[in-house]
Amino acid sequence: MQVSREEILHIAKLANLNLKEEEIDTYLLHLQDILNFANIVSNAPVDDLNESIGANDSYNVFRKDEIKVFEDNEALLQNAPEKERNMFKIPKVIQ
Amino acid sequence: MNITELTVHELQEKLKSKELTIEQITKAYVENIEKHEKDVQAFITPLKENALKQAQEIQEKIENKEITNSLAGIPIGIKDNICTKGVKTTCASKMLENFVAPYNATVMEKINNESMINLGKLNMDEFAMGASTEYSYFKKTRNPWNLNTVPGGSSGGSAAAVAANMVPWALGSDTGGSIRQPASFCGVVGLKPTYGLVSRYGLVAFASSLDQIGPITKDVQDAAILLNVIAGHDEKDSTSANKEKVDYTKALKNDVKGLKIGIPKEYFGEGINSEVKQSLEKAIETYKALGATVEEFSLNIADYALATYYIIACAEASSNLGRFDGIRYGYRTENYTDLKELFRNSRSEGFGAEVKRRIILGTYVLSSGYYDAYYKKAQQVRTLVKKEFDKAFEKYDVLLTPTSPTVAFEIGTRSNNPLEMYLADICTVSVNIAGLPGISIPCGVDSKGMPIGMQLIANKFEEETILNAAYTYEQKVKFRENYEPTFKGGAC
Repeated sequence: MQVSREEILHIAKLANLNLKEEEIDTYLLHLQDILNFANIVSNAPVDDLNESIGANDSYNVFRKDEIKVFEDNEALLQNAPEKERNMFKIPKVIQ
Repeated sequence: MNITELTVHELQEKLKSKELTIEQITKAYVENIEKHEKDVQAFITPLKENALKQAQEIQEKIENKEITNSLAGIPIGIKDNICTKGVKTTCASKMLENFVAPYNATVMEKINNESMINLGKLNMDEFAMGASTEYSYFKKTRNPWNLNTVPGGSSGGSAAAVAANMVPWALGSDTGGSIRQPASFCGVVGLKPTYGLVSRYGLVAFASSLDQIGPITKDVQDAAILLNVIAGHDEKDSTSANKEKVDYTKALKNDVKGLKIGIPKEYFGEGINSEVKQSLEKAIETYKALGATVEEFSLNIADYALATYYIIACAEASSNLGRFDGIRYGYRTENYTDLKELFRNSRSEGFGAEVKRRIILGTYVLSSGYYDAYYKKAQQVRTLVKKEFDKAFEKYDVLLTPTSPTVAFEIGTRSNNPLEMYLADICTVSVNIAGLPGISIPCGVDSKGMPIGMQLIANKFEEETILNAAYTYEQKVKFRENYEPTFKGGAC
């Protein structure tokens, strides 16, 4: 499958990434290369096989829905790029 | 006696007989880090002073009989994608350059419960995406056997540090070969456990259905000892297996008589370096001489598995790395006017080129119009790979392959060609796709003196089988007695 410049820009937008003008061609080339190789899966004899979601076969592992309080707020907020009064600070969302 | 050349089980004996103290051991390792780090560049965050302080405290507790367990005071190195409370966990990324985990990974809780000493956090490819440790944001780790070559990856810092005797053993993580391939390149032992045997809680996620934490050690016995520490069910990881506890050291029988070894011929074909092939053929002869039955068979899934691996791993990575948005932790751009721009600019500036490449590939294969052709198909191939391995294990106890098609390559020779780098994972990825255990042990060196690795694969939760097979070979060949890293080169 041929990937177009528009497509890669659309994908980058979906992934919340900016691509610089000079990066677009390189990413396009690499993506095309890798996809050309990955196309081999279309020839795999798998028509009658189910999909596997993981390596083990466990399904719906349940546990009790219990609230556990994480006490160390200081350690959590220490990683915040910006904070105010014990809260994470973000730019204004509501105009 | 050179303390840092001893394996952990040898250190344990010396501690027991009081020939050595915890402080002497830790000091010897700290001195070796100081000696070799400028060449090897294995550490992102060394914890030398902390380690010495901890050694003193543990020594006192041992003398007062407050601690009696046999691993107390044994140092260890930790790959920098495993969360360590109070110590930076960077994933070798600008995105997490200053991230200090507010909690410990389950494996760290287990290490700490043994009173082991963390010598530091080890270098890796950014977010474990790579096979050479060249994609680290911070530094390029060098292979102690030749400083101009890569140590492999992504756990390159862990493998290089063990090979250079800068740590007695280390934890790595393996998503498509990231423990086994660097172990192979650095002439040490690397074990990827069965998916679910070791808790992933606190391992920064790359591809959740493939990631496993495992040991990188000087010999097989140490790998069994460290696996004993880290294995076990954990309710904090819903994919963790609820299995009865096994003592893996008891599996080391030094006997492979009657063991059925299958040789998948496709793993010895085109693309495998001739010296690697020769070395493996010699190892196969050794197994025959030791009384194992060896048979060639066809396991024609390698190419499908590799393509499937890159589709699944990148798809999961694109989802897992969605959490890095510059809000609660991680890098935040200074350049934004609204929330959307904050997200995009933080991610674009915080992630390196390879990580972005994989996010883009992952987003592409999951996007509308391509999902069926790539992701769905890959999930079906995953079933095929599992079935083919199931068939193989009806006949054989162990499968034997090279760990990597080549020995360690020169720094800078592959980093500009992502596909070429990906193709080198051909021998290891199918093990992750099927969730099997795999171990890499050194089986010789090439004409330039670079280590060659042999991979042994077993059925799910049969770590004991490959540990014994690896141990028996190791006792016969005694790689560590015949070869050691030379620290040559380094002019790059």
